[in-house]
This record gives sequence, structure tokens and C-alpha cells, in this order.
Amino acid sequence: MDNMILTIITFLPVLGVLAILLIPKEQVVSIRHTTLFFTLVTFVASLCLIFRFDPVATGMQFEVNIPWIEQFGIGYHLGIDSISLLLILLTTFLTAIATLSTFKAVEHSHRGFYISILLLETGMLGVFAALDLFMFYVFWEIMLVPMYFLIGIWGGTRRIYAAIKFVLFTMIGSLLMLVAILVIYFQYHGLNGEFTTDLIKLTGMPLARDMQMWLFAAFGLAFIIKVPMWPFHTWLPDAHVEAPTAGSVILAGVLLKMGVYGFLRFCLPMFPIATFEFIPIISILAVIGIIYGALVAMVQKDIKSLVAFSSVSHMGFIMLGMMTLNLQGMQGSILQMINHGISTGALFLLVGMIYERRHTRMISEYGGLASQMPVYSTFFMIVLLSSIGVPGTNGFVGEFLILLGAWKFNAVYAILAATGVVFAACYMLWMYQRVFYGKVTNPANQTLTDMSLREKIVLVPLIILIFWIGVYPKPLLNLLEPSVKAVMAQVEVGRAEYNAYHGIVESVASEIELSDAENVKPEGTE
Amino acid sequence: MPLLAFAVIIFFTRWKESLSSYISIGAIVLGWLASIWIMIEIVSHGGHFVNVERAFSIVTLGAFNLQLGFVVDPVAAMMLIVVTTVSACVQIYSIGYMHGDPRFSRYFAYLSLFTFSMLGLVLANNFFLIFIFWELVGLTSYLLIGFWFEKKSASDAGKKAFITTKIGDLGFLLGLMLMYLWIGTFDYDEVFAVVNSGAVETWKLTFIGICIFCGAVGKSAQFPLHVWLPDAMEGPTPVSALIHAATMVAAGVYLVAKAMTFYVASPTAAMTVAWIGLWTSFFAASIALVQNDIKRVLAFSTLSQLGYMIMALGLTNFGAGTFHLMTHAFFKALLFLGAGSVIHAVHTNDINLMGGLLKKMKKTGGTFFVACLAIAGIFPLAGFWSKDEIIAATAGHPVFMVVASLVAFMTAFYMFRLFFKTFTGEPRDQEKYDHAHESPNTMTYPLIFLATLAVCAGWVGIPGIKGYSSYIFAYGGHAHIPHAHWDVMIISTVLALMGIGLAYMMYYKKSISADAMAERFGFLYRLFYNKYYIDELYDVVLIQPCYKFARFLWSFDANVVDGLVNLQATITMWLSDVKYWIDQNIVDGIVNGFGLFFDSASSALRKIQSGRLAHYLLAVVFGLILIGLLATSNLFNWTLIRVGQ
Repeated sequence: MDNMILTIITFLPVLGVLAILLIPKEQVVSIRHTTLFFTLVTFVASLCLIFRFDPVATGMQFEVNIPWIEQFGIGYHLGIDSISLLLILLTTFLTAIATLSTFKAVEHSHRGFYISILLLETGMLGVFAALDLFMFYVFWEIMLVPMYFLIGIWGGTRRIYAAIKFVLFTMIGSLLMLVAILVIYFQYHGLNGEFTTDLIKLTGMPLARDMQMWLFAAFGLAFIIKVPMWPFHTWLPDAHVEAPTAGSVILAGVLLKMGVYGFLRFCLPMFPIATFEFIPIISILAVIGIIYGALVAMVQKDIKSLVAFSSVSHMGFIMLGMMTLNLQGMQGSILQMINHGISTGALFLLVGMIYERRHTRMISEYGGLASQMPVYSTFFMIVLLSSIGVPGTNGFVGEFLILLGAWKFNAVYAILAATGVVFAACYMLWMYQRVFYGKVTNPANQTLTDMSLREKIVLVPLIILIFWIGVYPKPLLNLLEPSVKAVMAQVEVGRAEYNAYHGIVESVASEIELSDAENVKPEGTE
Repeated sequence: MPLLAFAVIIFFTRWKESLSSYISIGAIVLGWLASIWIMIEIVSHGGHFVNVERAFSIVTLGAFNLQLGFVVDPVAAMMLIVVTTVSACVQIYSIGYMHGDPRFSRYFAYLSLFTFSMLGLVLANNFFLIFIFWELVGLTSYLLIGFWFEKKSASDAGKKAFITTKIGDLGFLLGLMLMYLWIGTFDYDEVFAVVNSGAVETWKLTFIGICIFCGAVGKSAQFPLHVWLPDAMEGPTPVSALIHAATMVAAGVYLVAKAMTFYVASPTAAMTVAWIGLWTSFFAASIALVQNDIKRVLAFSTLSQLGYMIMALGLTNFGAGTFHLMTHAFFKALLFLGAGSVIHAVHTNDINLMGGLLKKMKKTGGTFFVACLAIAGIFPLAGFWSKDEIIAATAGHPVFMVVASLVAFMTAFYMFRLFFKTFTGEPRDQEKYDHAHESPNTMTYPLIFLATLAVCAGWVGIPGIKGYSSYIFAYGGHAHIPHAHWDVMIISTVLALMGIGLAYMMYYKKSISADAMAERFGFLYRLFYNKYYIDELYDVVLIQPCYKFARFLWSFDANVVDGLVNLQATITMWLSDVKYWIDQNIVDGIVNGFGLFFDSASSALRKIQSGRLAHYLLAVVFGLILIGLLATSNLFNWTLIRVGQ
């Protein structure tokens, strides 16, 4: 059972696709319910993972490793550690929520829409579960297709432009990644006389510094585009603005996390020396992204693109946290991925709700909604507070840990990043003021109805998570700790060589992670 | 034992969703009783620390451990009483004041949430927890300032308050991180133990001290982050009394008091604190001299008094600062509630439109008078004792002494200017005067209760009487024993009386023309009236450039970054077009050329098509040979490659 469960979870949505194909396309309601059913079953199945997951063990769990294309050493290799476990949970959770949110939003080609959603889910789950580079690449690419359709068919007025931009941007990155995968493949063959794409085998392979640099750059570009980091972010606002609500939720909630996940799972462990070389560049880009995203968000006129730019800013935080390579920063970074998925997902859901009512997202079209839709505005306020990281909500915990880690790593970055928090308060509160406060001036807003029961059901789970992680994040952090330490140990390998290359003599054992040094055992040194 | 009391406080005030004001008030009254009980416990134990900690770990990351817990020390117990008392009065008062508001229950929910956060702040056992509640009170303050969000000025003020204090909080947050990195813990006792042991260099302590003080600057609205407090007066008046006069703004003072160890250890940080406090108290008092909005005068007076407290703490006089914090809370809450009662009656904030109200509002006017006396520091009211201690604390710092005394004089003047203009003389707006009426009992009883406190609260600090104060305001084991400073007492009383006298002559007897004074000191008057143009300065120097920069970045993003992407796309498209042309005209041309060729050739060859089988066979065989040749040559090549490997 344990080695089947990941396969089952990953391909359950495909089963859902088959089921939907059996339903005549006129029966819209049953298509919706079938989709919801399958996303919920997937979610429940992924919850089972938590209970069977061994929180203290290091290494991958629920592994399944069957040779697939033996001639080329490609295996069907799935497995998760606690990082991917949480991301899988986030994926199944958000997909279910997003599906529920679409019941009124989709206006045509229902069957295609729901098939796309389910296929997308399989793609995302596969990316998080794959432990084989080839499989990872396949899932990574497969995912593009349904997303392309979601934006291109069910999107807004400039949907074609946005969809093509999204796909092309991602493709450029992934082609480089493909080349890099092939290079690693042959390198491994050269060293060990065996062809393999198995991540576990490839990790820890001794690669020369220059080779690592090139490979890191190729992988890194693919991931940076996906994150997206400045200056590769411009596909994001377009994609978000044009995508249908469910698409935006999944895009912001899960797809962006894949870039960060890629760094954690591939770049850092496989190319530790290059990691140290690239830290300055990536963290500077991250800090630029934080401030730039926040400032640009301030002047947006469209709520969705405001949220999209706030994502650029938040993703900068996440990348900065990861690049600190210390326990606080990295834990905060992973926690913040979950948080961002929840709060930004919720923001897109909320924007989608008024869009369904008014068919506009322009801030200037609104005003005074707080008196018209009190429940809605309360929900919005809570989510907004989580997004700007007010204590008691999830955003605060993540941001604080990231800043703490960043401070240990480089105080200037930490201070700059911290100003991003103030800007976040500025643009969010200003937007809130313009949309919700004041008197209702636009007659079109006078007939707005407050949230329906279904909409409340969509949001309440997210709100509960916001407070739960905000008040008591300890279980999640404890769960993450072994996996994060494992990644840290794998990266630590590169430090000696990096120092040797640059002639750095360290008087202290390591400048990073003084206090936790005793906890980190060099496990990944084999 | 008081653990139970906390449970009551925390539990009840968390009932923020309560739909009835009574639940909220009932909770706060229970909390009030509990905090009095705690105080009695402390006093009866001779001021020994009563520690109640419920350590509850929320984050453990390697060596990094965050715990939640509560602790009561005497200062916290004093703050508990202040918070619960004022909060109870304000909530009872609000029943009358907010009567008929469509969001009545939401208002009480916010108030309860605020009280809960404030109590949490007071009881926190470490700097991290205090920060969490610190942000929460900021949030509830935002919600309550912008409570009447239909008014743009109100929602603007809320936003301004939130963002301005957030800037201060940024400093606080950095201070917390430094504290963690350099000291390794957030817990009060552990931090202080490390600091006192001298294990950390002084410059680090200075840094941490100043960073923490940044938080206090934001929250207690000290210069240069004071700009939000006057605007915050857009909120309902009871809220101003509770949050922006008595409790939340005092949180900054409380924080500095809690972090006193840092300032004792680092004179540099302490002097920074003292100077900012001094400047704020003078600066705000000077603005208060000329304002015409009753609530703004009070707001600037709050600023000034907070500056006083901060200054006393900066001079490391723990007792004076915290003592004034307590007395000020009572009489300032009273002033605000009195002002609220007036506004309720005449529906305006402008004191130029009031006058003579004492005849109609005896209770309000009387209590207001008491409060004015108290804040001016007249014997034997509360302000007298605490203000004396502050001025006495400046002994040895001539500049501080002179300015602090001057501020005492200014305070007396502007408070009585306010009083005379509002309550005495002829009504300046007859219509408003005619409509004026005394407020309902729910509003006047809290006033009377607070007035009693404004009279008596200072008595705990009467020199020579070994009262509660020796425990409550003690710092670091040194009992706080108030000394009689006869000289200071006399000077400050004289100054206060002079201030009152001047106000009396200008605004009651009108023997000195206020307008003439304003004419004569035109420049100063305009400077003070426009609040030193600080708001305008910020707008020009900070907000506009920031906004413009954001707009610039956005156009940069749309035109340059995205432009490059689109340019790339355009180039690709153009290249594709070129290729298409090549394809159409050259490649296809060749193909078509072939076609044409064959076309013409075939018509030529038609002649060969004889219809005879033998000819065809010949052609087929010929073709097969050709293909065979090609194939073998390929095979040959391929074999070569294999062999080569």
C-alpha cells in the first residue's frame, strides 16, 4: 500500500478525466460534481499521507522505483519528503477549493475546463512526487498544456497573448533544463558507466565547479522564470489577469512554488558549489523583486494585477529565505510557500467573486463595498492581513523567519526586505480603502449581494488555515525540519570547495548557522 | 493564583463576536475586578514579583525557540488596572455615545478585541509576544479609527496610522532580531540577566535599545512619527479616549519601561530617548497652543505628555515615567470623554463655535475642569504629584529642566484656553448652544468616576507616605520612594498658575487680545497652527516621490522589461515573416520551379509515353538501380561509422 499511494494520488485526477469523458457534455452539473468528487478524493488520499508519514525519518518516503525505459536508465521513481508532502497537500487542497469556486464562473465548454483542471492537478502532483529527472521533466511540461488551455480558452480579453507568453517563457526555461538534464545524464555515464536519470543517484555526483556553474544556470533559469523572479516576471501579471479565477488560484498557489521547489530539490543538492557562487546574484534579484513588486503593485489599477505584483514581491521573500541556507530562512521560505498559496489563493478567489458579480476588476469601479457586502469585506480584510503579515496570521510567521534568516545571512538584505513589509501594508490598505471604504458612489454596486453559502464554504477552510498557521505553526515546522536539514547538509558539501576556489579561510566553522551547526550532520556526503 | 484571573480576562475579552455590548462590558468589569485582585495580591506580598507563566512553545527551530507565556510584575499590574478601568469606563460611555449606530455591535467587538490585545501586551513575558500583541493593538486601532469608513478622512486616518506605526514597528522588529542574534532569547528575565552580566558589548545594547525605541516612537507617536495621532481623532471619541490617549499610545512608554535595562546599560540609547521625548513634549505643546479643534488640542496634549514620560524614562527615572503614565491615563481619558460629551451635545469639534456650555452641561463641565486642573498639575490632583517627579528627574540636566518647566506652563495655558473657550463666556453660536443638552447618565457616570480618579490617583505617590507606589514603580529591586522636592513643587505650581492666569486673562476676561497676540507672533502662530508643516513636508519629501517612483517603475516594467519581451516576440515574428517569404518565394519557388520544370518536361516527355510496356519496364529497372545505389552508399557510410566507433 505504501508504495502505491503516491501513484494513486497522482493519477486519481486522470481517472476523474476518464469519468468525465463518459458523461455527456450537456450534463454540466454532474460534470462539476464529478470533478469536485475526484478532487476531494485526491485531497483525502493525500491527507492519508500525513498520517502514514514518519516525521523523524530522513530521506524519501513512500518510494516506488520501477524501471521504466531500461535501455536509457529511466525509472518510474516517486517519493516524497516532508517538503513535497506539504506542497502535495497544498496542491490537492487548493485544487478542490478552486474547483468549488468555479461552479458559476465557467460559461462555456464545461467539460474541457474540468478536464484541464484535473490534468493540471496530475501534472502538479507528479512534479512534486517525481524523483527521476526524466519524469520530472515530463510532468513539468505536461502541466503547461492544460494551463495553456485554461488561460487561452476561458481567459479574459487578451487571453491568447497571455497564454502564449506564459507558455513561451516557460518553454525557454525548460528547454535549457532539458539540455542540462542530458548533460548530467552523460556526465554520470562517463563517471559510472551507467545511464540513469534517477535523482537520488545523481545527487552527490562529483561535478567540476565550472560544470556545476553551467548546469546550475540552466536549471536555475528554468526555475527563476517559473518563480518568477525579477526581471523574468512579466508573464505573471498577464497570465493572472487573463486567467479564469481557478486558473489564477492554482497558478499563484501551486505553479509558482514549483520554481522554488525546483531549486530546493535539484539545484541546491546537485550543484552545491555553484549554489554558493550563485547566492549573491539570486538574493539580490530576490531583494529587487521584493521592493520592485511592492512598488509596482501600489500603482496598479486592476485588483488582479495588484495581487499578481504582490506575488512577485512575496516570491522574492521566499527566494531570499531559501538563499540564506540557514534553518530559519529555509524553514520560513517553505512555510511561506504554503502561506502564499493560501493567502494569495484566497485573494484571487475573493477577486473572482466580485468579478462574477460585476465583470470588472478595476479598483476605480468600486468603493463603499464594506457597507454593501459586510461579510465579504470582513473575509477580504482577514486575507489581506495575512498577506501583509500581521501577527496572528500565517504570513507573519513565515516573514519573520525569513527575515531572521536573512539577517543572519546579510543584514542589509534583511533591512531592505523588511521595508517591503511596509510597502505591502501601503498598497494593500490603499486598495482596500478604495474598494471597500467610502460611500457607494457607483450605482452598479448598489445591487451587489453578499457572499453565498457556497462562497463561504470555499473561503472558510482557508481562513482557518490562516489562523492556525499563524497561531501555532510548530507542527508544520517540526515536520519540515529533518528534510530542510537534509537539504542543508547536501549543500554544505560544496562549501569547502567554494572556499578553496576563492581562497577563503574560515576562522569560524561556518558563518552560516552557527547555532545549529551541532544539529546538522553531514549526511549527504556519500 | 491569579492564573485563574488571566484565564477570565483572556477568555472573556476574546468574546469579540458578542452581539451585545453587555457581554463586552461584563467581561471587562470582570477583568477589572480580577486586576484589582492581582494588585492587592502584589501589595500584600510586599511587592514581590508575582510570576505566572504558562510557557507554551509555538516555534522551535534548532536553537531558536519562541514561547508564549504571561507574567505579572508590579508595573504590569498597574497597567492592568489602568487598561481595565479606562476600558470599562469607555465601554459604558459608548453605550450612550454610539447609540443608534448601525454597526453598534461591531464597534463593541472591536473594542473587546482591542482590550484583549492590550491586556496581552501588558502581560506578555517576552519581547516577541509583546510584539505580536503590539501589532494586534495597532490593527484594532486601524479598524476603530476608520470605523466610520464612509468618511474619506476617517479611512485615510486609519491607513495613515497603520502605516506610520508600521514604520516604527519595523525598527522594533529589527531590534528583536538583533536581540535574538546577540542575546539569544526574547524572555524578559533571561535578556535582562544577560545584559546585566555585561556579556554583550555596549554598542550592541545601544543598537537594540534604539531599535526597540523606534517601535515606541511609532506607537506613542513621538517625533518624527507623530503625524498619525492628530489624524486618528477621526475615530469615535470614546475610541480616542481609550486607544489614543490612555492605553495604546502608552504602550510605547510601557515598552520603554520594560526594556529599561537596555537604557540603564547604554547611556547613549537613553539620551536619545530622552531628547526625543523632550523635543516631542515641547513641539506638541507649542502646536496645542493654537489649535481650534477640541480633539486635536487634546491629541497634541497627549503627544506632549507622552513625550514627558518618554523623557523621564530616558533619564532612567523609571518611577516618574510610569507614575505619570498612570495618572495621565485617567485624566486624559476623562478629558476625551468630556470632549466627546460636548461634541455629542453641539455636533462640532470647533471650539470657536462653542462657549458658555457650563450652564447647560454642569457635570461635563465640572469634570472637565477637574481634569484640566489635574493635567496642569495643581495641588493636590493626580497630575501634580507625577509631574513633579518628572521635573525633579530632570535635575542635573539644565536644558531638560528649563524646557520641561516651560512645557508645564504651556500645558496649563492651552488646557485652560480650551476650557474657557468651551465652557465659559458667551455662546458664539446661538443655534448650537440652544440644542446643547447634558449627556445621558451612561456617559456622565463614567466621567464622574474618572474625575474621582483624576483627583486621587496621584495620592499613591505622595512623598513620605510609604504607599503602593514604592512597590509598583520600583525598578530592579530599588524601591521607588518619592522624595519631596519642595523647590520643584513650588516652581511648577507657580508656572501652572501663571499659565492658567494667562489663559484666564486672554480668553475669559479678554484683557489681552488673543488675536493681537496671533498677529504679533504671526510667523510662530502660522508655524504652530500648521503643525510645523510636517505633514506637508512628508508629503513632498516621502510620499509623492515614492508614488512617482512606483509609477516610474510600473512604466519601466510595462515598457522596458515587458517591452524587451515583446520586442523579442516582434523580432521573432519578423524573422518568421522573412523566413515565410523565403519559404514562399525561394524554397517553394524552387519546388514550384521543379513543378514547372516537370510540367514542361512532361509535356515534352509525353512524346516518349508511347504506351508500350517495354519502355516502362526499362524505366522502372533503371530507377531501381538508382535507388539501390543510393541505399548501399548509405549503408556503407553507416557501417563505416560503426566500425569507426
